[in-house]
Amino acid sequence: MLASESALSVGWFLDHAWVIPIIPAVGFALIILFGRRLPMKGSEIGVLSMVSSLVLALGAAYQWIQRVDGASGEVAHGLVKSAEGHSAPYVGPIIHEWTWWQSGGFEFGIGQHIDGLALTLLVVVAFISTLVQIYSLEYLRGDRRYTHFFAALTLFSAGMLCMVLAPNMVQLILGWEIMGLCSFMLIGHWWEDQANARAALKAFFTVRVGDMGLLVGTGALFFGANQWTQEHLGVSGFNISGLSAWAMSGEASKSLLLWAAVALFIACIGKSGQFPLHTWLPDAMAGPTPVSSLLHSSTMVVAGVFLVARLYPVFWEGMKIGDTNINFIVLIGGITIVIAALLAFVQHDIKKVLAYSTVSQLGYMMMGLGAGAWLPAVFHIFTHAFFKACLFLAAGSVSHSGSHHSFDMKKDMGGLAKKMPITATTWIISTLALAGVFPLAGFFSKDEIIDNVGHNGYQAFMIVGLSGAFLTAAYMTRATYLTFFGEARGAAAGEHHDEHAAHDDHDAHADHGAHGAHDDHDSHASHGPHESPKLITVPLMILASLALVAGLANATPFGSNWERFKKYVEPSSEYVAVEAAVAHGPGEALSPVVVTAEEAEGEAKSGCSYEAPGAGEACYFPAVSHAEFKWSKAALSLIIVAAGLVSSWLFCVQYYTRRNRRLVGLTSRNAVLRGGYTFLWNKYYLDALYEKVIVRAVAHPIAAAAYWFNQNVLDGIVNGAAKISRRTAGWVYRNIDQRVVDGAVNGSGAAARGTGGALRPVQSGKVNQYGALLFAAAAIGALVLVIINT
Amino acid sequence: MLTVQFLLLGAVLFCIGVYGVLARKNAVMVLMSIELILNSVNLNLLAFSQRLDSIDGNTFALYVIAIAAAEVGVGLAMVLLIYRNRRSISLDELSDMKG
Repeated sequence: MLASESALSVGWFLDHAWVIPIIPAVGFALIILFGRRLPMKGSEIGVLSMVSSLVLALGAAYQWIQRVDGASGEVAHGLVKSAEGHSAPYVGPIIHEWTWWQSGGFEFGIGQHIDGLALTLLVVVAFISTLVQIYSLEYLRGDRRYTHFFAALTLFSAGMLCMVLAPNMVQLILGWEIMGLCSFMLIGHWWEDQANARAALKAFFTVRVGDMGLLVGTGALFFGANQWTQEHLGVSGFNISGLSAWAMSGEASKSLLLWAAVALFIACIGKSGQFPLHTWLPDAMAGPTPVSSLLHSSTMVVAGVFLVARLYPVFWEGMKIGDTNINFIVLIGGITIVIAALLAFVQHDIKKVLAYSTVSQLGYMMMGLGAGAWLPAVFHIFTHAFFKACLFLAAGSVSHSGSHHSFDMKKDMGGLAKKMPITATTWIISTLALAGVFPLAGFFSKDEIIDNVGHNGYQAFMIVGLSGAFLTAAYMTRATYLTFFGEARGAAAGEHHDEHAAHDDHDAHADHGAHGAHDDHDSHASHGPHESPKLITVPLMILASLALVAGLANATPFGSNWERFKKYVEPSSEYVAVEAAVAHGPGEALSPVVVTAEEAEGEAKSGCSYEAPGAGEACYFPAVSHAEFKWSKAALSLIIVAAGLVSSWLFCVQYYTRRNRRLVGLTSRNAVLRGGYTFLWNKYYLDALYEKVIVRAVAHPIAAAAYWFNQNVLDGIVNGAAKISRRTAGWVYRNIDQRVVDGAVNGSGAAARGTGGALRPVQSGKVNQYGALLFAAAAIGALVLVIINT
Repeated sequence: MLTVQFLLLGAVLFCIGVYGVLARKNAVMVLMSIELILNSVNLNLLAFSQRLDSIDGNTFALYVIAIAAAEVGVGLAMVLLIYRNRRSISLDELSDMKG
């Protein structure tokens, strides 16, 4: 134990990772309180807090790598036989938990749970947030709510960081809800426009629908697990590692696990924009572009994927991912990939293409998680964050400097590659990365997902993944062509629109934002599209270069030495002695390595997910298998991607530039195609379904019933009560008021009058008479006294 | 010394005083009658003080004399004012308080 203590060093950064979300939270408060008075209107605090979070996160990541390396070096101590036959030491998470509040005997903790997954997200979130804030310095210059924008952005990052660090479900929900609130504030940043306010509300409500699942699932898990975790691990049923161990213990009720997993996954559907609750995500493009970039690359929408990855044992056991049956997660993920990719084809708005692309990529992550490909899915979060942030920011750059605040690809873009070379280059690099072209980031993660899904026995979904790859390549090529190639149209051609009403929503609200600096914008719009300033292009270049190389962090094709993610991020699926694994409170963060040598050796299918742990042991992660990389499989997907790119390019050239007569107007000639187009254009009628059918079916009868109830029952009661009280009042008036009360009043008046009349002669005004009366009374009094005393 | 003789004298004086208060029309006479009543009470107080060998009665009598002097002062001032306003001090004419 002592040996491992030195080996598994816990550095300062790892021990104090809980500071990371606190910095932006404090930054938020400072911006709100003092932001307006600062020279840069509070944006400097936002950028500064994100930079310091990033530094802390990087420090923690570095120390984690050292910790894992140190554990690997210590061969003599703490080897565990893993499922795949090789020996690996157990490197536990660094958990600190303090009591946050107590209620009726329940303790709610707050703290940190640092492992490879948390650190990956921490670094990515802090990094993207930093770049997005720097980008926003220019993009939102002169905005009327500049300070509030940075405040909300900073709080949003704080929420995500808080959620990622969460050691228990309570803190996770806290971060989750902070993000929900901030996304509402940010999407509705330009709320003066009705459409934006509606989009913000839609995002909020749709996510809230899912959030019910989160609460239900958390509650179910708590009441199912609390006793077990208290008994075996000494932690509450909210604790994430406790829940993981409970789910893997084999003692948990299967049906409870299933329903909890389903409920939690519904929350993920809402948050991560999975089918059928993905409809809020494209509408959320109403927010400023940096917001879209942050929300839809690395934070908000990844939260759902993160939740599944974080509580993977619960989902693994609940959904029986180890079996190759189709489960809920993989099904939803697969559906989402295809339907979102198809929708991306009919969009005119460049940001909506990216939004559907995000939905589709999230589908990949979910499908990977649902099929047991945990590591590729998490790796895809990592790579996707870079290139999708880059794509969104590039789209923002185009609208900022190229198309006069329009996002309409068909109306106001085209041919911008020459005018905006840096934006175009970064966009194209990220597009290729997203499509999964060989040495770029997307290839290594997406191909791994597809490969592992097939390897784990989900062949049908491998085909879904491959067709998704084709569609991705095709719709991204279409967007690229429409934006950067072909002939310049509208604003991109230097046309100046005076009539803002003619633009679509985005244009209108981009205008809102630019009010303060409107002259500036007008002046540069008048001399046509040009490259964006440095504050915009530098973040783009950084992200694009990461889109180029991020995939090498887990480059499976180059051998196991390149699989750094597997080494540092994937939790080990070893049996761990219970008392050692749970570290509590500051100073106890040590998680020593534990030997369980007697576990079945040589057997192919052993390990945490196959056999329940023995007494005194716990599992924290299922043994997931990894597909062997084969160039033949990769070649297949590369060919598919290439086919997508080329065919789409050829189609675009023919359709948009050459105006080929056979293609143009095809949808109006061919009934099948027209039907398909209309179907897609109306977004599968899901919005109509929600608003017209569900809302009407649910809300309208309720409203009608409420109205009937109101009219007949409530009004009846009210009217009846009124009638009764009126009658009572009449009776009271006639009998009690008129007779009794008035009688008493009049009677007393009459009595007083009579008495006064009777006593009047006494008041003669003659002093002698008064004196006589006085003495008579005194005499009578004296007489009475005498009589009484004798 | 017979206390009863003092008391009888006091009672006689009291009755004369009461008669004066009730029967006289002249305000000055009424005031004088009130003095008689007060002095009859003083006689009573002194008689009982003598009989009970207590100083209390004498003290009270002194108080009564002092207050009676003040009362006569106030009373005569009022009579003077009434006379000034009405040229008469007949009590019968002062029946403005008639109810």
